Amino acid sequence: LEGLKYANSHEWVKHEGSVATIGITAHAQEHLGEVVFVELPEENTSVSKEKNFGAVESVKATSEILSPISGEVIEVNKKLTESPGLINSSPYEDGWMIKVKPSSPAELESLMGPKEYTKFCEDEDAAH
Amino acid sequence: MIVNGFKDLGLPLMNIVKLRGTPILQQLVLEERLLRSSFENWCIINDGTNVPTIVMGMSGKPCELVELEPVVKDGIPVIKRFTGGGTVIVDESTVFVSLICNRDDVPNVQPYPRSVMAWSGSLYSHVFNGISGFQLRENDYVFGDRKFGGNAQSITRNRWIHHTSFLWDYNENNMAYLKLPSRVPQYRLERDHTDFVCRMKDYIERSVFIEKTINAVGTQFLLKELSLDEIDDSRREHLESTRLLTMDELKESLANTSRIKSIAQAV
Repeated sequence: LEGLKYANSHEWVKHEGSVATIGITAHAQEHLGEVVFVELPEENTSVSKEKNFGAVESVKATSEILSPISGEVIEVNKKLTESPGLINSSPYEDGWMIKVKPSSPAELESLMGPKEYTKFCEDEDAAH
Repeated sequence: MIVNGFKDLGLPLMNIVKLRGTPILQQLVLEERLLRSSFENWCIINDGTNVPTIVMGMSGKPCELVELEPVVKDGIPVIKRFTGGGTVIVDESTVFVSLICNRDDVPNVQPYPRSVMAWSGSLYSHVFNGISGFQLRENDYVFGDRKFGGNAQSITRNRWIHHTSFLWDYNENNMAYLKLPSRVPQYRLERDHTDFVCRMKDYIERSVFIEKTINAVGTQFLLKELSLDEIDDSRREHLESTRLLTMDELKESLANTSRIKSIAQAV
């Protein structure tokens, strides 16, 4: 999607003012399969770039989710507790995972734009 | 055949650890540590565990998966493991095989559940070659339509684990500690545990299975056998989520379940 930035571990970030919203991409949810459980951090905890902040469970597997940026978690999507499938049906909207106050906005510069991420996914799939 | 020494044919190294009767909690804690802190590949085989134990997946809720009253009464240990997947009851008749791999050492496998699962199915097809009816069906290993091996995985950025509990044999009384789960594979239809599973011992000798598994792994990796004492698992700066549920937690869960039932009956 335009307006988002992407990590090579398949998370997206939407930066609006002082808040960055984070989730996993359509590519990721498609490869993971039906998400049945989501483990997310508590509010007021911190996340670090490229470090694990939670996990999703799908198809017998737990898969860790890495934060594309560093910052403080200011909101967690509580709807995912009852409806983890929102990650599959609406990965960029209702399936958002956490909202973060970025501590180093410059980290966003190193993330991929939409075209770059699309090519990245195509290359990754083609390699297997 | 286990080969020591230099890298042969460019195959990545795989450490093989053969255990027997090791407590399943100890095995799972070790596996989580190796997945999160090691940079090497590991194949852990535990030939039976010491006491009957219930093992739930990461998101498992005892009240939904376990018959709490007899479990509490009989003091059956209940573990929550770090991988996904369902609930099993394991004992000395369960054979465990766990594969922990660097994604770069298995480059034809994408670090996603279905890709890892397919790779494992291919590996075990070599083990069960000549045994009619073996297949990976949805996410289970089956002979025909009867499950004998349950799988679970955990995937990190650069590594993954795929581990399996194989029903060499099982005690039907133990199966009674488990509830019918809400999420079941389609091929299960509405069969209860005893109609859904089968015993691996009816198809292959135990020692032959272990030997053939090691040989199958050896077609993709250069094997090096290590004992438990030789494993350096001193790095502990990682999340450890595998744990034994306390008896208080199980009793509280049972009490809550009874309360909800009473309220439902009163309404």
